[in-house]
Amino acid sequence: MSNFQAKLVRGDFPLLNRQVHGRTITYLDTGATSLQPVSVIDAMSQYYRLRHANVHRSVFQTAGEATAAYEGARAAVARFLNAPGGSEEIVFTKNTTESFNLLAKSWGAKNLQAGDVVLLTEMEHHANIVPWFQLREERGIEVRFIPVTDDFRLDLSSLEELFQGVKLLSLTGMSNVLGTINPVKELTAFAHERGALVALDGAQSVAHTPTDVQDLDVDFVCFSGHKMLGPTGIGVFWTRREILADMPPFLGGGGMIHDVSVDGFIPAKGVTRFEAGTPPIAEAVGLGAAVSYLEGLGMENIVRHEHELTGDALTRLELEFAGRVRVIGPRDTTDRGGVISIDVEGVHPHDVAQMLDQYGVCVRPGHHCAKPLMKRFGLAATARISYGPYSSVDDTDVLLEALASAVKMFG
Amino acid sequence: MSNLEDLYKEIILDHYRTPRNRGELPSPPAVKTEGFNPLCGDNITVFLDVDGDVIRDIKLTGSGCSISQSSSSLMSAAVKGKSVEQARETIAKFKDMMMGHEASLESKTEPSPSELRSLGELAALQGVVKFPVRIKCAVLAWNTLAQALDEAAS
Repeated sequence: MSNFQAKLVRGDFPLLNRQVHGRTITYLDTGATSLQPVSVIDAMSQYYRLRHANVHRSVFQTAGEATAAYEGARAAVARFLNAPGGSEEIVFTKNTTESFNLLAKSWGAKNLQAGDVVLLTEMEHHANIVPWFQLREERGIEVRFIPVTDDFRLDLSSLEELFQGVKLLSLTGMSNVLGTINPVKELTAFAHERGALVALDGAQSVAHTPTDVQDLDVDFVCFSGHKMLGPTGIGVFWTRREILADMPPFLGGGGMIHDVSVDGFIPAKGVTRFEAGTPPIAEAVGLGAAVSYLEGLGMENIVRHEHELTGDALTRLELEFAGRVRVIGPRDTTDRGGVISIDVEGVHPHDVAQMLDQYGVCVRPGHHCAKPLMKRFGLAATARISYGPYSSVDDTDVLLEALASAVKMFG
Repeated sequence: MSNLEDLYKEIILDHYRTPRNRGELPSPPAVKTEGFNPLCGDNITVFLDVDGDVIRDIKLTGSGCSISQSSSSLMSAAVKGKSVEQARETIAKFKDMMMGHEASLESKTEPSPSELRSLGELAALQGVVKFPVRIKCAVLAWNTLAQALDEAAS
């Protein structure tokens, strides 16, 4: 079923027809940024061709259409997350990083005092680490980390102790290095019982597993459009309406005000308070189309398809490269997504990626903006394979062929 | 695959697998300078023992890709026992070769055969120029050596 579906899905992604070094591209870097279906590209193109105008300002026909398209995208994202307060809880940002900066610099600066603890995990992306270190410098908060076990899971053995003084638990839904899927719902219940709020980094998980904020019961979600089949330049910050109402503005300027005089300003109410300046309108339209596309595929189908691909790849890596290729992440598919980091003995990740490129295979070498995690496992870098809804077993075939040649060349 | 063979020449793989002048020198008297590429994590530490005008000894530690590590190994072999002035000339020549990509965009000529000959084994790294993202790997050691020479002089 999933093979049949994969072929259909692939046809929707024009970039997959691209030839590189005489080969059809094999795109395995969805963890860094996903590809876009033609419906997303067309929605953005149509917006610029027919409807472009500034939003929330003018009264002419296309301005009304642009505003409707922008707000329609907000409604689509609200539906995608099952946000209880609908559109009034969706703030558009630039990306996940800006969403976390909004969380730390607005909610964090208002609600956290010296000595309060923000609990992170050792597998966080720098986007969910650095803003908290900045707040620590500013406010004297404490930043603490849930360690990661040798089996690449969160070490929950001393959770009670780690939660002393915690006001916020901020964690990733899926590690962008290990592929580990964290028990967000269970940890959220645990945190709430101890009076802490929970922020979810959905950058890596939203396109690969359902994100129902009411089911998970989290308090904040941050993610990017470009990792979920949408364009770059747009991200999302979600929180419940009552929390949002109490958050001070983050960036100042036009669009975010209720009134301005020579004496000062009064910020707008609602989500526009956090959207200073002309927003990324075309990008929001593209994100709305991406949400519709994902809903059309069905998140449960995506989960099943990527689960099969990941299981197959893990098995074949072990079978064909035993002792030579080490998977840095869980070896089975339990609570695991389609991100597979590998360490090839005797071949540096940059050289692995360079060799694979010659076969048109796109993987990411490096520390993946998760240096604390890399240090935990004594690695400077890994080569990372990451699947998407458009990936297929054919991609794994080419990957393994290219990997075999890299191993051969370096001896 | 011809491109890739330009990059991964046998001499490069040899220096990667069996790096020359690996290790440390007591510092002081040796100058110890660290180079780091924050984007990819490659790092190199140069230990430089300069006696008057002569590089008496050079040792290297560090980790990284085949290009950064072979480049540092080739560099150490090229400058050991040479004068500081010769080392600086070699650095300049090497960096010129790495700039070949940009130079050709400005329609300047690529290094001549005699220029390449004067670089000896280092010419093996010329293929890197065709892979612009890897140039930073190849020049890391050389920038670190230039810094070490400056520190030794001061």
